[in-house]
Amino acid sequence: MVVLSKIATNDRHGENSPYFDGWKAYDMNPYHPTKNRDGVIQMGLAENQLCFDLSEDWIRKNPKASICTAEGVDEFKNIAIFQDYHGLPEFRQAVASFMGRVRGGRVKFDPERIVMSGGATGANELIMFCLADPGDAFLVPSPYYPAFDRDLGWRTGVQIVPVHCDSSNGFLITKAALEAAYEKAQEDNINIKGLLIANPSNPLGTVLDRDTLKSLVSFVNEKNIHLVCDEIYAATLFSTPNFVSISEIMQEMEYCNPDLIHIVYSLSKDMGLPGFRVGIVYSYNDTVVSCGRKMSSFGLVSSQTQHLLAAMLSDEEFVGNYLEQSSKRLEKRHNAFTKGLAKAGITCLKSNAGLFVWMDLRRLLKEQTLEAEMALWRVIINEVKVNVSPGSSFHCSEPGWFRVCFANMDDETVEVALQRINAFVRQEKDGNNKAQGKRTKCLPKKLQLSFSFRRYDEGLMSPHIMSPHSPHVPLSPLVRART
Amino acid sequence: MQKRLHYLQDKLVMAIEIEQPSAHVGLSKVAVSDTHGEDSPYFAGWKAYDENPYDELSNPSGVIQMGLAENQVSFDLLEEYLEKHAEASSWGKGVSGFRENALFQDYHGLQSFRKAMASFMEQIRGGRAKFDSERVVLTAGATAANELLTFILADPGDALLVPTPYYPGFDRDLRWRTGVKIVPIHCHSSNNFQITPQALEAAYNDAEAMNIKVRGVLITNPSNPLGATIQRSTLEEILDFVTRKNIHLVSDEIYSGSVFSSSEFISVAEVLEARQYKDSERVHIVYSLSKDLGLPGFRVGTIYSYNDKVVTTARRMSSFTLISSQTQHLLASMLSDKKFTENYIKTNRERLRKRYEMIIEGLRSSGIECLKGNAGLFCWMNLSPLLQNQTREGELALWNPMLHEVKLNISPGSSCHCSEPGWFRVCFANMSEQTLQVALKRIQNFMEQIRERDGNLVISSQ
Repeated sequence: MVVLSKIATNDRHGENSPYFDGWKAYDMNPYHPTKNRDGVIQMGLAENQLCFDLSEDWIRKNPKASICTAEGVDEFKNIAIFQDYHGLPEFRQAVASFMGRVRGGRVKFDPERIVMSGGATGANELIMFCLADPGDAFLVPSPYYPAFDRDLGWRTGVQIVPVHCDSSNGFLITKAALEAAYEKAQEDNINIKGLLIANPSNPLGTVLDRDTLKSLVSFVNEKNIHLVCDEIYAATLFSTPNFVSISEIMQEMEYCNPDLIHIVYSLSKDMGLPGFRVGIVYSYNDTVVSCGRKMSSFGLVSSQTQHLLAAMLSDEEFVGNYLEQSSKRLEKRHNAFTKGLAKAGITCLKSNAGLFVWMDLRRLLKEQTLEAEMALWRVIINEVKVNVSPGSSFHCSEPGWFRVCFANMDDETVEVALQRINAFVRQEKDGNNKAQGKRTKCLPKKLQLSFSFRRYDEGLMSPHIMSPHSPHVPLSPLVRART
Repeated sequence: MQKRLHYLQDKLVMAIEIEQPSAHVGLSKVAVSDTHGEDSPYFAGWKAYDENPYDELSNPSGVIQMGLAENQVSFDLLEEYLEKHAEASSWGKGVSGFRENALFQDYHGLQSFRKAMASFMEQIRGGRAKFDSERVVLTAGATAANELLTFILADPGDALLVPTPYYPGFDRDLRWRTGVKIVPIHCHSSNNFQITPQALEAAYNDAEAMNIKVRGVLITNPSNPLGATIQRSTLEEILDFVTRKNIHLVSDEIYSGSVFSSSEFISVAEVLEARQYKDSERVHIVYSLSKDLGLPGFRVGTIYSYNDKVVTTARRMSSFTLISSQTQHLLASMLSDKKFTENYIKTNRERLRKRYEMIIEGLRSSGIECLKGNAGLFCWMNLSPLLQNQTREGELALWNPMLHEVKLNISPGSSCHCSEPGWFRVCFANMSEQTLQVALKRIQNFMEQIRERDGNLVISSQ
């Protein structure tokens, strides 16, 4: 039997995590408003589906932006042969300008520093290849996006050292926690090369305040390590406090070594275009820009897509309206959802950004343990039939929290989800012992899903395992929903 | 020491650069290495072209780019298709298909696109091999595909054996971020640079002598830079070799649609089929639309593996380098149109063949011979008779005036790791026929000058 590499045979792709069982449950039994009202509602996917009407309208009105239409085909040849890793100049311009708009014009971005990558997934991996050697580590505040384990470490060999944050202070990152994590890593002979933060945060939906950001900058300057800021949710801000980008801090701080500062960005969340694979690395370090650009050969953005987006994002009127509308609609959806949860007696961490809420179900846990959280999660998947993401999959040190996405469905589906959650909570309150007894009898110890009509075995020729980032869109109610 | 930076309103400006003992303090070893390969003459020629590009009207004395293996001979066919087929441009279901497409980030790829790719690959091979769309893994270009496969098949410090001369980009694609080495399989003009079993064994032994573990052989078929297909018997020998050593075989078939005559290309897929797929789990094919369809900007690469675990793992890894769903949709439409693809393949082949004959004839009339080729977007030109020294320096001494005086950017064989100096790769499909004629005239003049100057066809090093 011919042998594969260690990377190919280890687990760092992350797909063996129990986290994926929620997706599988959804894939096998997806909710549909008419055809499958009992199906699982997908609330584990952080997608922004609230503003497609605006993008569609723009596309209809701008046929020249597509190289396939009669109006645009004269550009076909030039675009099709363009593979320069600098990217189309107009694309870089448009992205730099868009990034500035998202930050309220408070900072300008230099198109010469824009480096492309295969989505933010590619961007995060690329920046690690530039900054760290195999075996090195990055500090990452938890709870954090589960796929960071794969993105930062699978092929790079870089490790994540979590900086645990908990509800005692609203999950804020403290200097003490950073120092503690850094010191412990030193003791364990782990070489920390940098700190990676997501701001706005996934899964918290909160933004970092100015003082915290400044203290992070001081921290990395002190230790002479890098700071990578994943600002992929920057335009999903829907309420105060304001979003402060690291780029603004750079302008304000008297002393900050720019060679340490790098931003990761993407259009997957802010513009709802995950399929287009637009990842951006923006570094203030010239060597990283140069090296990163060469590496971008491994994940360039399709020139066809660059061409379309260059036109779309440089349409200032469209961008202004889109950002405004998106923010409004997210706020409306967030409020409707959190109010509905509140009616059921469920609170969430106070948040003002993101496509999800960080739901507090600690009081529903039998005991404050990981096992109890997983047990509750299985019930939510199997009985409430809502795919939410357990806090443990985000490496949250405190059990009982769940991330629930709310922007990837229509209003009606939100209602159904809220009704189900409400009913479940009432059932928990009313028939506690009785229900518990009943449930523990039926619940298998481990989440066993039967795969009678889907081939799951990896040994077979045609694996059907879906990535968590890839809903089986044709079955999703969202395809037929209108916004 | 830190650099002081002054911020202007718009830009970051480096005010004072302070010399640092280590300019790259705090970056990775990968970042500071030069394994990206951009310091090679291969890229220096490109820079010369970028600074002074030929244009028929506005810059007729500029550098003609003959170092870029692009296929520009068949765009009219693609444009015509688009003009006649609205559905390729309208997201499928009118603009409302936009949402579905924009959301689609499944690393399996659009099923319709995978099917179309598999079917296109079959058509290129004249139906002599079957491709299962479930084994097609999509990546953003063959650059990504080759790197991704290397991550899966080899550990850092291990080696892949690659026949010389080879595509200069492999140095970066196979080695840079993976930490994997390339050990060359030396090929010589004495037998038209064909890969021999002796050369395979010698390369394997070279690696062993250096204590390096060999994980596979990577061939390019048709070959870049040779512009020639690999013979069936050679493919059989290579397959036997990798089976004996229990290692992998990667066949980069990126130029498979650019063979001038369909019957002359044998894909490793056909050889496997003839063997009823025995021992096939070690074989992986890389393909792309950058050369055959002339669409390098769209970043469409694929890995086709006969190994289930490789398919699964490659698919997971492709998350770092997925193809834009917008592009998948367009190409799914185009490539599922069998009438269109059949006509395209046939016409493209014919035009490339004509172009090839034109350049060969032009070079011959200037007294220059090329390796007999039957595929690709370039010819492998032999200028070794002109070298004063049969060395790499002698070759570069010839390349320099070619670039700066004759103003032709051609690729020196040494950048392709050719073991014999004096060979050059010359691309012919990335320009109009008129431009090719201009290039041939310049070569003719150059050769006449040499004859007049030296009388005995020798270039002196300067």
